[in-house]
Amino acid sequence: MTTDLSKDPQDTPQEPEDTPQAAAAAVTAVDPRLLVRQEGFAGYWSEFRRKLRSGELGSLPVVVGLIIIGLVFQLRDSAFLGAENLSNLFVTAAGTGLIAVGIVFVLILGEIDLSVGSVSGLAAATFAVLNVNHGMPEWLALVVAILSGTVVGALHGFFFARIGVPAFVVTLAGLLGWNGLMLQVLGSNGTINLDDSGLVAGLTNHYFSDVAAAYGLATLSVVAFLLVSLRDAKRREAAGVPSRPVSEIVLRTAALAVPAYVVAWLFNEYKGLPMAVVIFLGVVVALDFVLRRTSYGRKVFALGGSVEAASRAGINVAAVRISVFALSGTMAALGGMFLASQINAANQSSGAGSLLMNAIAAAVIGGTSLFGGRGKTWSALLGVLVIQSIASGMALLGIASAVQYMITGAVLLAAVVIDSVSRRTQKTAGRA
Amino acid sequence: MKPAKEMMHVSATPVLALRGISKRFGAVQALTDVELEIHAGEVVALVGDNGAGKSTLVKTIAGVGPADDGVIEWDGRPVTVDRPHAAQELGIATVYQDLALCDNIDVVGNLFLGREIVRAGVLDEVEMERRSRELLSTLSIRIPSVRIPIASLSGGQRQTVAIARSLLGEPKIVILDEPTAALGVEQTAQVLDLVERLRERGLGVILISHNMADVKAVADRVAVLRLGRNNGTFDVATTSQEEIISAITGATDNAVTRRKARTTAEGTK
Repeated sequence: MTTDLSKDPQDTPQEPEDTPQAAAAAVTAVDPRLLVRQEGFAGYWSEFRRKLRSGELGSLPVVVGLIIIGLVFQLRDSAFLGAENLSNLFVTAAGTGLIAVGIVFVLILGEIDLSVGSVSGLAAATFAVLNVNHGMPEWLALVVAILSGTVVGALHGFFFARIGVPAFVVTLAGLLGWNGLMLQVLGSNGTINLDDSGLVAGLTNHYFSDVAAAYGLATLSVVAFLLVSLRDAKRREAAGVPSRPVSEIVLRTAALAVPAYVVAWLFNEYKGLPMAVVIFLGVVVALDFVLRRTSYGRKVFALGGSVEAASRAGINVAAVRISVFALSGTMAALGGMFLASQINAANQSSGAGSLLMNAIAAAVIGGTSLFGGRGKTWSALLGVLVIQSIASGMALLGIASAVQYMITGAVLLAAVVIDSVSRRTQKTAGRA
Repeated sequence: MKPAKEMMHVSATPVLALRGISKRFGAVQALTDVELEIHAGEVVALVGDNGAGKSTLVKTIAGVGPADDGVIEWDGRPVTVDRPHAAQELGIATVYQDLALCDNIDVVGNLFLGREIVRAGVLDEVEMERRSRELLSTLSIRIPSVRIPIASLSGGQRQTVAIARSLLGEPKIVILDEPTAALGVEQTAQVLDLVERLRERGLGVILISHNMADVKAVADRVAVLRLGRNNGTFDVATTSQEEIISAITGATDNAVTRRKARTTAEGTK
């Protein structure tokens, strides 16, 4: 009856030597592998190395990948890292990137949405028909088109969450069905050109040419990040829970400030701050906030971890699932508007081709796990930059699209391999 | 000689009392006239063989599967517990065997899952972390960090987190369904320590266990179920393991003879 040893009600941390298990627990409490991190840069470095060893790679592979891609193409063609090319790269990435943000949510649930390409095409066609053929005001047609994505996504979510059809099958049916509906909506001539000076055209061809815009946005982001971090650290200190040291906050702010100002400078070297980038970044930041800072986001992660645990905790599983698919549909429709804006038309190939695969690949390449429960909206941004960089670089070098597909496929495979291996390493390190 | 736990204060009116609980599943009479009382500051072990009706009984208390017949009394007043929510509102917390924690979320997130503290629409992580630390330290639960995912905790640590989580709703009765199954020696000890701390805080604990050593270690009383009926309630301090086991298996005669044989053997020494 070993357990009787600790019957003493005063079994407090002050006297852990009394019992063998309490002593052992005290040892656990200072286990260096798990908790204790030294202060300052040494601690930061050792924490970083520990994370690497245990497979918590985070955004590291994709950032390294981006740097390698940038260097390789820059060596072959010095225009690659030029202001014009990079500015265009960001603008063309926005459409696919927005779709990928929706995919991130679905992947965190541990599900997949195969319909996003078709839904984006349907939204573009809906907008074109309402605005161009029926003369509906542009803003209203835009709202209706985006809401059509919400409704379609909610419908997928309904069949998945309420009827119990696997999401893979529901959205595969959606992939075919909504593409068919889009062709039907477009009618016999197949292409509807949009107003070149309208709202939707402006999504990708409007630039805030004032130099202050890009620098202003960069400054705003950096200052906001710094203030929020400092305020958080202060509150944590006041509440007596561990907080980040000021030196670390400054370091992190600097790590954000450098790329922010470099990109702002690049935009100003070309036409200024693109509207597409502002909207894309705004959506990424807003949904990142939703995912990490609201109880809704917590519910999405909980479902990705354990559906049983989530429902026992009183979470309405079906409602969260439906809402995530509705969000994915909405983002697909929004992304579809950007893609339509790029070609200034809705046509029969809208939302077709490699769009779906690019959007899913972007989310996965950026570090969102295919196995559910792990992911960030930022991974959509990073992943889509990788895919778009490859496409842009190869176009610059005049490489055929056949080779582009093969290379993008290889990058996707590499990303999934990294995801699987890091998950396995995390399992052996007890962190998955 | 009386063990310390027997001298602990036990209130007169039971916090929770089951009177004549019966439950049928089709042709099967799962529970027949079951009686059970739990006082504040008392650990009652609920034991019985597989199929004895332990889980069914727990489900009636937790509001998952209401009884067909019988009365549940809370602080002496009859109450209806027909939904899990009703049980939680009364102050009955249940920690199921399969834990119900999310591996990918950290300790704080799991403790507050489904009842997050929100400030102006935003998760108040600081307050949740502060309260988590407070709760874990009052229970002397040692966890490397409250900000690591559940996946990196040991089985015993997970079990203690699951139990701590049930305490956030400030229950008066905690039902633990086989909390030490699949745990190592030291981890079992940690969980049993925690059960004792719950008793020290004046909570009533229903401990379902197959492990007689655990039952003997922490329980004050043992309620035995056999084939859906009460088969005796024993005071742990004065009852031998063999007697409890024979009540579980129904081999009462055997136990008596075995006991007799043993006492006579001791007498002749």
